[in-house]
Amino acid sequence: MSTYGFYFDGTRCTACKTCVYACKDKNDLGLGFAYRKVFEYTGGSTNRDGGGAISTDCFAYSVSLSCNHCDDAVCIEVCPTAAMHRDPETELVCVDAKVCIGCGYCALSCPYRAPKVDREKGHSVKCDGCHHLVKNDEAPVCVLACPTRALGFGTIPDMQAKGEQANIAPLPTKEYTKPNMFIKPSKDALPAALPAGTNNAFIANPLEVL
Amino acid sequence: MEKHTHEAPPSNPATAPARTPGLGGAAVSRRSLVKAGGALGALALAGGMFGKVVPRFVAKTPEAVADSKERIVWNHCAINCPGRCSLKLHVKDDEIVQVETYAVDDDDIDSVQPRACLRGRSYRAWVYDPNRINYPLKRAEGTKRGEGKFTQISWDEAIELVSSNLKRVISQYGNEAVYINYATGVSSSTGRSWPRLLNILGGYLGYYGTYSTAEINWITPYIYGSSGAGSTISAAAEAALVLVFGSSPCETRQGGAVSNHDYVAMREKTKGKVYVFDYRYSDSMMGHSDTWVPINPGTDAALVSALAYELISTNLVDLDFLHTYCQGFDEETMPESAQGKNLSYKDYIMGTGYDRIAKTPEWAEPITGIPANRIRELAHEIGTAKPLYVVQGWGSQRRSNGELTAWAICMLPLLTGQIGLPGTNNGLREGSYAINLDTIPAGNNPVKTQISVFSMVDAIERGPEMTEMRDGVKNAEKLEVGIKFVVNYAGNCITNQNSDINWVHDIMADDTKCEFVVGSDIVMCDSMKYCDVILPDIFRLEQESMIGTGGDSAYMIAGSRPYGQKHERKSAYEAISLIAKALGVERDFTEGKTEGDWIKDLYEAARSKDDTLPTLTAAREMGVFCRKNPKGHTIALEAYRKDPVGKALSTMSGKIDIYSEELADYIAAHEFLPDDRVTAIPTYVPEWYGVETTTDQYPLALSGFHYRGRIHSSWGGVELLKELNPQELWINPADAGPRGIESGDTVRASNEFGAMELLARVTPRIVPGTVAAPQGAWHDADMNGDRIDRGGNYNTLATHRPSPFAKGNPQHTNICQVEKTG
Repeated sequence: MSTYGFYFDGTRCTACKTCVYACKDKNDLGLGFAYRKVFEYTGGSTNRDGGGAISTDCFAYSVSLSCNHCDDAVCIEVCPTAAMHRDPETELVCVDAKVCIGCGYCALSCPYRAPKVDREKGHSVKCDGCHHLVKNDEAPVCVLACPTRALGFGTIPDMQAKGEQANIAPLPTKEYTKPNMFIKPSKDALPAALPAGTNNAFIANPLEVL
Repeated sequence: MEKHTHEAPPSNPATAPARTPGLGGAAVSRRSLVKAGGALGALALAGGMFGKVVPRFVAKTPEAVADSKERIVWNHCAINCPGRCSLKLHVKDDEIVQVETYAVDDDDIDSVQPRACLRGRSYRAWVYDPNRINYPLKRAEGTKRGEGKFTQISWDEAIELVSSNLKRVISQYGNEAVYINYATGVSSSTGRSWPRLLNILGGYLGYYGTYSTAEINWITPYIYGSSGAGSTISAAAEAALVLVFGSSPCETRQGGAVSNHDYVAMREKTKGKVYVFDYRYSDSMMGHSDTWVPINPGTDAALVSALAYELISTNLVDLDFLHTYCQGFDEETMPESAQGKNLSYKDYIMGTGYDRIAKTPEWAEPITGIPANRIRELAHEIGTAKPLYVVQGWGSQRRSNGELTAWAICMLPLLTGQIGLPGTNNGLREGSYAINLDTIPAGNNPVKTQISVFSMVDAIERGPEMTEMRDGVKNAEKLEVGIKFVVNYAGNCITNQNSDINWVHDIMADDTKCEFVVGSDIVMCDSMKYCDVILPDIFRLEQESMIGTGGDSAYMIAGSRPYGQKHERKSAYEAISLIAKALGVERDFTEGKTEGDWIKDLYEAARSKDDTLPTLTAAREMGVFCRKNPKGHTIALEAYRKDPVGKALSTMSGKIDIYSEELADYIAAHEFLPDDRVTAIPTYVPEWYGVETTTDQYPLALSGFHYRGRIHSSWGGVELLKELNPQELWINPADAGPRGIESGDTVRASNEFGAMELLARVTPRIVPGTVAAPQGAWHDADMNGDRIDRGGNYNTLATHRPSPFAKGNPQHTNICQVEKTG
C-alpha cells in the first residue's frame, strides 16, 4: 500500500505541459524522455452541411499522468531483480539503478507507460514521486509547477477527499493496478471501461507523450 | 548521479515486443504482466517503452564539484507575454542547474502565484542553446544578407561599424532614414534603450501600432476614446453569461497569475454559461466542450450583425442605454452631418441602409456556419442574461477586416446596455491590474513622422512613394526618404514574424536598399541572418532586472544576476553605451549611470508614487512581490456609466460611438482599395483571402494561433520544447480524407506567396474548410533553392497587403491548398 498519491483536476487542466517540463528540467531529461505525460483525448466530429451550417459534438480533454505508485504495482511484481521497489520511508515506487538490468519488463507491464528503459543509462527510469522532496514535506516538482493548480499530492485519504480513483479514458480501469491517482473529472471525461472507438475517441497527441 | 553496475542488454526497439494491447502474448509470462497487458487499452499506442539514445542535456553539475553550494537567485521571464513570470534559478558553480518558480502549496486558487509555464521552466535549454550568440559578428565578406554566414569580430570593430554607418546614414539621408524595427523579445524597466540613443542623435522614423494589436488598437479610440481598457477577467465571475471571441486565454498567456490561471479560476466560479466563438476548439476549452461555438474565421461581425437583428426584432435592446451613452444606434442619436441618410447602425442591421440587406440569422448562417436557429437562441440568451461579460482576444482583429470586426464585437454589450456595471466588460480584451514601473526615459523624438508597424519593408522598398492618404504615414504627407538603417534588437520581425517572408527576403537581401542592419539577440534566429553586424545580448535573467505586470492581480519581480559575464556577451545597455561613446554622446546617454543605477532610480520613482511597494533591498530579497486588486475587479467604463456627462469620453461625440463622425471624415479623406469596404459603423466585411473568397486553386482558409511551446518565435529553436510541441497543421477529417491525409503525415500548404511543410493533425477540433497552424515556428527554407519553408511558418503564406485602416498585419487571413507530401 502506498502512503501518498497524486490528484488531478480535469476541470482545470489546459494541457500546457508545464508539469511535464518542470519534471524534465529537474531530472535533467533529454530528448525522448518524460516521466510525466499529458494525454489529449479527443472525440466526436465537426461537420458542415450542404448549406454551410456547422454542427459539432466534438470534445477534447486532457489527462496529466506520471507514475501512479499503484497499490498493485505490476512493475514491482514483474521485476526480476527487485530493482523496482518501494522507497521505505514514503512507499513511493522507485528504481534502484544499481540493481536494474534494463530488461524492460516494468515498461512492458505498466498499463500507464510510466517506466521506460534508458538504454544509455542501462536501466529503467521513471517518476519517483520526488520522494526526497516529499521526505522534507515538499510537494513533487510537477505539482507546484501547474499554472492552473490542477495537480495535487498528499496522503491517500487527503487525495481521496478531493477526487475519485483514476478511472477515466484513456486510462485503464482502476481495478488493474489500483492507482494512487485521484481525479476530479471534467464533464467531457469518459469512463475507462469504454469499448475502443466509442464516440470516435482517440489519443490525439501521440507525438507529445514521450 | 547514480552509477549503474550492470550492462544493459540489447534492447533494439525493432526487436522489442510490439507496443500493442496484445502484450500478454509477448515473451514475458509472469501473471501480472499478462494481466496488465490486457489493461493497456488506448495508452498502449502512445509513447514508447524504450528511449532513443540521444545526447544528454547540457549544464549538469560536474561531479567533482557536486557538493559545492547551490544558491537560489530570483529573476523573471522577459519575453512578450505579459506573464513575465517568476523564475527561481538554482545556481551552482556559475551555472543554472534547475529552474523553478514562485509557488505556494495551498488549495486556494485565488492566491497570487506567478508560476512560470513550460517555457519559463525550459530556460536552461535556451540559455545553453548551441545557437547562442557569444561574440560580435559581421556578415561574411562576399555573402548576401539572409545567407547566415558571419565572421567573428571584436567589440571595437563592431562598435566602429555600427557607429560609423549610423553617422553616415544620418548625415547622408537624415534621421528619418533610421528605424527601430518592432521587437518584443525583452521586457523590463531598463530593457530597451535604443530609442534613447537615437533621440539624442536627432531622432528616427517611428512606428505606430503593434504586430499583436494593430487593428483593434487603431479602432478603439473611435469607439471609446482613450477609455478602452477592459475589465479584468475576474469580473466575469459575477456574470450571468460570458462570451469569448477570438481568444484562447490559456494559450496566449499561460502563466500562473495571468489569463491562463485567471480564466480557469473565473470559469470555476462563474454561475453563468461560457461560450467561446472560435473556428478551433482551443486548449482553453479542454474538458469544457459545452463552451465551444464553432464559427468560420473572419465572420464574427456577421454573427454579431445577426444577433443584433434578433435583439432589435425581439425588443431585447436597451434603448435607454443606447440613447444616453451612445451615438449612432438609430436616427435619434445620429450627428447632424449624417442625419436623414439611413446611415445608422440600426439601418444597416435591419436592411434599410447601406447594402439594403437585412442581417437575419438566415443571412448569417452560410457566412458564419452557425445555424440560424442557434443564432436565435443565442440572441435570446444574450438579451436576457444580466450581467453579460463580452471579451475578445486579438485573434479576431488580426485580420483583413479586423478593425470593423473588433468594433462589431463591442456591439453586444452596447446593444444590451451591459457596460460599466459589475460583471460586465466593454467587449475589448480583458484588462489587468498591474504594478507599473517606469522605463528608461527615451527622451523626445525630433522626427514626428511615423509609419505603421507593418510597413518597414515597404518603407525600405518604396519609402518616398508612401503617403498619408494611401499608406497610413502619420504626421507627414509622405515619407521623404526610404529606411536606410535598421536597428533590430531582441526581435524576429524582419522575416520570421513578418508576412510574405519570400518577398521580405528579396528586399532585405539587397543591401543597396536598406544599407545597414544592426542586430542584437540571444540566438541566431532568422531575422539575425539579415543583419550586417550582430551584437551578442544577455538574457534579462542573466542580469539585474526589474519588471512589474499583472492579470487579475499584480506582481513585481526584482531579478538578480546569477553569474558574471560569459564569453563576450554584453547587456544591451552596455553595448549601446559603447556606441554612444563612439558617437560622442555617452554622457547624454548614460547621465553617468550604470544600468543598476537606472533600475534603482526608476524603482525609487515608482515607489514614491506607490507607498505599498517594498524597498529595493526588500524586493530583491523576496524576489517576487504580489498584490491583489483592492477593488476585487476592475470594471471598464465604470465612471462613465455613473456619470455620462461629467465623465464624458474623449471621442468626438463624448459618447460611445456606434456611428463615428470622426471615422466618416477619415474615410472621406483617405484612399482605399475597392475591396477594402470601409464604413463609419461596425459592419461585416467579407475578407479578401478569407472564407468567402477562397478559390478553386486555394480552397481552404488558413489561420494561426499561439502555441504552448513558444511565444511568437521565442523558444522556437529549443529542441526540447519542439519535441513536446510538434509543428502541426490542424485539418478537419472532411478536408483531410479527400486529400488522403492522416495524422502524422507531412503535408504542404501553399499559395501564391509561398509554401510550407509540416505535420498533419487531423482533428474534429477545427471547422471544415479552414486549416490552422501555430504561429512563430522558425522559418527554415533554402532561399536560393525551392524556398519551401520546412519549419512550417505560415507567414511564408501570409500576404503583405495591410488591413485597410491600421495598415496592420492581417496574418490570420490567408487561403491555401494542402497536399500530402510524405
